[in-house]
Formats: sequence, structure tokens, C-alpha cells
Amino acid sequence: MVNVETQGLRKSFGDTEVLKGIDLRVPEGSFAVLVGPSGCGKSTLLRLLAGLEQATEGTILFGGEDVTAYAPKDRDVAMVFQSYALYPHMTVRDNLAFGLKLRKTAADIIDARVTEAAAVLGLEPLLERFPRALSGGQRQRVAMGRAIVRRSKLFLFDEPLSNLDPALRTQVRVDIRKQHDRLGATSIYVTHDQVEAMTLADLLFVLSEGEVQQVGSPLEVYEDPANRFVAGFVGSPAMNFIDGCRVSADGAAVLVAERRLPLPPSEGREPSKLAGREVCVGVRPHDMSIVEASAHAIPFTPSILETLGPEVHAHGTFGAHEGVVAVSADLPLARGVMVHVRPTRLYLFDQATGATLR
Amino acid sequence: MTARAIANNVLSHALLLVAVAFALYPVLWVVALAFSGDSVPTARAIPVPTAPTMDHLREVVSTTRPTPDGGTAWLFGRQLANSLLVSIATALVGVGVAIPVAYALARFEFVGKSGGMATLLATQMFPAVASAVPLFIMLEAMGLLNTRTGLILCYASTSVPFAIFQLRGAFETIPVDLEEAAMVDGASRFEAFVRVVLPVAKPAIAVTFLFAFMTAYNEFILAATLLSDESMFTLPVVLQRFIGEYDAQWEAFAAGALVVSVPVMALFYLLQKHMVAGLGAGGVKG
Ligand SMILES: Nc1ncnc2c1ncn2[C@@H]1O[C@H](COP(=O)(O)OP(=O)(O)OP(=O)(O)O)[C@@H](O)[C@H]1O
Ligand SMILES: [Mg+2]
Repeated sequence: MVNVETQGLRKSFGDTEVLKGIDLRVPEGSFAVLVGPSGCGKSTLLRLLAGLEQATEGTILFGGEDVTAYAPKDRDVAMVFQSYALYPHMTVRDNLAFGLKLRKTAADIIDARVTEAAAVLGLEPLLERFPRALSGGQRQRVAMGRAIVRRSKLFLFDEPLSNLDPALRTQVRVDIRKQHDRLGATSIYVTHDQVEAMTLADLLFVLSEGEVQQVGSPLEVYEDPANRFVAGFVGSPAMNFIDGCRVSADGAAVLVAERRLPLPPSEGREPSKLAGREVCVGVRPHDMSIVEASAHAIPFTPSILETLGPEVHAHGTFGAHEGVVAVSADLPLARGVMVHVRPTRLYLFDQATGATLR
Repeated sequence: MTARAIANNVLSHALLLVAVAFALYPVLWVVALAFSGDSVPTARAIPVPTAPTMDHLREVVSTTRPTPDGGTAWLFGRQLANSLLVSIATALVGVGVAIPVAYALARFEFVGKSGGMATLLATQMFPAVASAVPLFIMLEAMGLLNTRTGLILCYASTSVPFAIFQLRGAFETIPVDLEEAAMVDGASRFEAFVRVVLPVAKPAIAVTFLFAFMTAYNEFILAATLLSDESMFTLPVVLQRFIGEYDAQWEAFAAGALVVSVPVMALFYLLQKHMVAGLGAGGVKG
């Protein structure tokens, strides 16, 4: 168990700067998730923490100790690779024991740890098999086991579920969280899947283009996104954005598709700062409901309906803007309907910078 | 099994038998010849020995030479030892030098990498014979003419580049993830190489070793050029002596050819379990 901190971490490959000054603070024993779109530098950041890549600039601290210059073997971290990276010439048992053997652990301790990990992960019947004779899910468990037996103070995961089918993914996700809670070690988990991120994390780091956009609990990030990128990335289906809306002169309402939507005074929102500005309005699909004509509703024309069982995602247009509304499956959707937006759930973003306006 | 499947099975086996017979026919002829008592081989459709005898075999293996102290020594034994020593040393040097070079080429970027590769490739484009004369002159200058060391040096100059190409390809197919996993698990780069990369590359290394061995073991032209003393000869040179220009001793040649193939077959047998294809499969994803 250890707290992890990075200060001004930068990484360039040749001329391309992949990480542009990352400051992480992961408290001891917490489950941190780094989430962001493909290519934003998540894996690179994780590899820097593991020591597989050298930082161009900045420091990495494990429990206050500067490990920036340490070789991977001296960092005492365990890592689960996206590809699992099982040693093909070793049995499952030897795969599990390899890290302990390298550290010259006594044979009886190795045995005990391997047996325990195998029991926890249901690997007992597979111990004498080679990786080539395992299914994808079994390989994933061996990769987990290899990390568990090490009793490292820090676990790193690089998209460990992306090679599993969706049903298995949910189950293994729960297993990973269980193991984390059982072992109490600090975990840092990388994914581009925001559902995985939301469900696993104590602490969410949203990354984009080599920068941390926001840090917080999953709910904080969902409820109070720092900018348009985070708002659009977190939550499924993604938030609707309606560009080019104008706030009324008194700052008490915003004009969306030629309708006035009231802006109730909320925490920290200053009407005077907003008055008369052009903004981008954000609404989550789940914060809208279908209504009879109403003064504070906006017209919506559905074009495609995705039925997911209890709910339907209606893709369509709000005036000139594309968007999605999530509605209950038993509501009839006529060709043109009115949708009501919960006034407290309106997000406003700066049209130029994308920063959330409060 | 359905009638159709049986028919298919029979047909494919018949085809295989024909192919095997086609490949083995010349070999059977050599075997028949080696054990035939007739002095002149006659053309027959079925290669079986006539007047079977072990004489040729005995004659080939029991050559002797006079020793300086006036006695005699077993010449064929020494020539066999020459061949094995030279071939094994060539393969060991080739694979031993190539492993670190190939690994560096497969994993690291460094100055001169592409130039070095091009040079290596260039050396592979010339047949060994082309360099026979310069090699002769260089060995003479070093006093290594007519020695096994000299021959090993010459053979290594082709076995090393060959092995580098083979092994570089093999190392490139091994996912970097495996080494990285080992390093996170507590291995140094070197330990990761020894305990993960080398074992995974074992089939490729075995095949490369075998090829380098066989190339050296079968080589004739350089050996005939660089060796002049009978006691230094390798087996291909010995064999060639049986079919002189005027009095080809075909039975002795055939018997010699059989004896010469035994070590190669033994080596194949020993290495085959290390050459199992697909040993590397299943480590990553799947
Ligand atoms: N060794 C390298 N040399 C050059 N560029 C690299 C190297 N490794 C990564 N990059 C670049 O750095 C950027 C970030 O890569 P990284 O693998 O960290 O992305 P990621 O966030 O993990 O994406 P994904 O979700 O697709 O795995 C990419 O644009 C990639 O092309
Ligand atoms: Mg990645």
C-alpha cells in the first residue's frame, strides 16, 4: 500500500509530446481510474509509473520516495497487461511463481501464495497447463493471479478487460474490484471505456491529449464536469450539446431552439456574468422527458429509435441540432414531440474554450 | 466414417506413398549399392543389393595412416572427428555470435543499424566460392591453412550473417510485452532475455543451429581448397576421393555416403523435440 504522486510529468517521443505535465495524486489504498479516448496517453502514463518508459521531465513519487529513475524491478509494482503477456513456455503455476522466484522467495512461501491465488481465482485445475491451452478468460485470470501473488503495494492495469466478451467483462470487472478491496493495495487502472471507469473508480482522472481534464469521484465528474470534453466523455449516451444559444439579458434564461429555458439560480452560478453571452448548452439524454406542449419545452424530431429493453434512446434533432433523448420504452414517440429539460440539469459551456460556466 | 471419407483417405495415402517413393528412390539406390558385392552396378528397377556384403562399409571406415613414430592411426575416425568438430564449432560460433546481435537488431535503435544490416545482406549475396582465393591468401598469411581453426573461421563468416537474419526474425515475433512483464515481475533486462526471450526463441535457435551445422558439414569446395593434408580432411573431401576421374569406386562412395549421413540424422533426432512449432503460441491475447 502506497500513495502515488506525479509532479509535472512529461513524455515526448521524438517531436510529439504525448504527456504534457501530469499531476496525479492517488491516495493510499484507493482505486484510481485513468480514462480518456484512444491515443490520449493513458498507457504511456501507466508505463512511466511501471518504469517501462523514461519520463522526459517531472517526478514520480511512491509513498513520498522519488522513484523516477528506478528500474521496473526496483519499483515493486504489479502490472496486468492488455495482452496478458503470459510466459508461453511456462505452466500456469510457473507463470504465477516467476516473480517470486526472481525475488528469491522461499519455496514454501511461493507454494502457499500460488495455492492461495489459484484458489481465489479458481485456477486450481489449470495450474499444470500451458497458456496456449487456456481460454481468453482463463488467461486473464492467470494474468491477475500473477499480479496478486506478488503482494505488491501498487497494482497497474492497462485495459485488462478489452479482450474479453461483454458478459465476461462485467463479471471480471466485479472480481477486480473485489480483489482490490481484499488486498487493500493501491490500484491504478487504465481504460477508454467510461462505463468501466465509472463503476470501478474511487477516483477518476479524465485525460485528453496528454492532460488531466478533471479529477474527482465518478459522481462528481458526472454531475459537475469541468468542461465540455469531460461532459461529453462521461455518461452514456453522451451529453447533447447545442451550440450558439444566447443567455437572456437578465441572465435568468437561455434561448434554445427559439424557446426560453429558465436558468434557476444554482450554486455558484452568477447570472450577471452570463447575461447576454453566447454559450453552448449541454443536456444529458436522461435529464429530458417527453411532455405535452409546454412553454419550457423544446421541439424534438426523432429519426432512429434504439430499444434497450426498459428504455429507448431516440436519436433525432432539436431544431437544427442533432441529439439523443433517453425515454421509457412504454412512451409512444410521435414524429414531432416536445421534450422538457429539467432546469437544474442544464449545463452551460463557454463557446470558445469549452469551460463549464457557472 | 462414410464411404466417401474412406475413399478420400485411401486416395490421399496412395498419393503420399507415391511421393515418398519418389523421394526415397535415389536413397534406396545408394543403400543397395553400398551393400552390393558386384563390382559394377547394373541398372535395375528395384534397388536391392546383389551379392550382399559389408565389405565396402568396412573398407571405408577402416582407413589408416602412418604415424610419425612408425605405427598406424585410424584415419577415417580422425576425418569424422574433423567434420563434426568443424561443423559443431561453426554452428556454435554462428548461433553464439548471432544471438546478441540479432536481439539488438530486433529490439533497439542505434546508429549504423540500417547500414550494418545492408552490409550483412551484401555478404550473403556472394557464393562462398567467390571468396575462396582471398580466403586462401588470408589463411596462408595467418598460418591457418590446412587447419581446422582456419576452416571454422571461413565457415563462420557465412554462418554468422545467416544466423543473424534467422534469429532477428525470430526475436521480432516475440512480443515485447513478455519482456516487460518479466521486468515488472522483478527481472533485469538481461534476466528477462535469458529467462523469457531465449526459451521462447528455442525452436528458432535449434533450427538455425541445425542449418549452420549442415551447411558446414556438407561444404566441399572451401574444404577441398584449404585442406591439403589427408588427416585434416572433412568427410565431403574424403567422399570425393572415391570417385576419382578414372576409377570411380561407386560402392565405396555409396557406403561412405551412408556413414556420413548418420551424424546428421542423429542431430535431427536430438533437436526435433526443441523444434516443435507453436511453442510460442498463447502467451499474449488469443
Ligand atoms: N514508442 C512510441 N513511439 C512513438 N510514439 C508513441 C510511442 N508510444 C506511444 N506513442 C504515441 O503516444 C500517444 C499515446 O499513446 P498511448 O499508447 O499512451 O495511448 P492510449 O491512451 O493508451 O490509447 P489506447 O486507448 O488506444 O490504448 C499515441 O499518439 C501514440 O502514437
Ligand atoms: Mg493504451
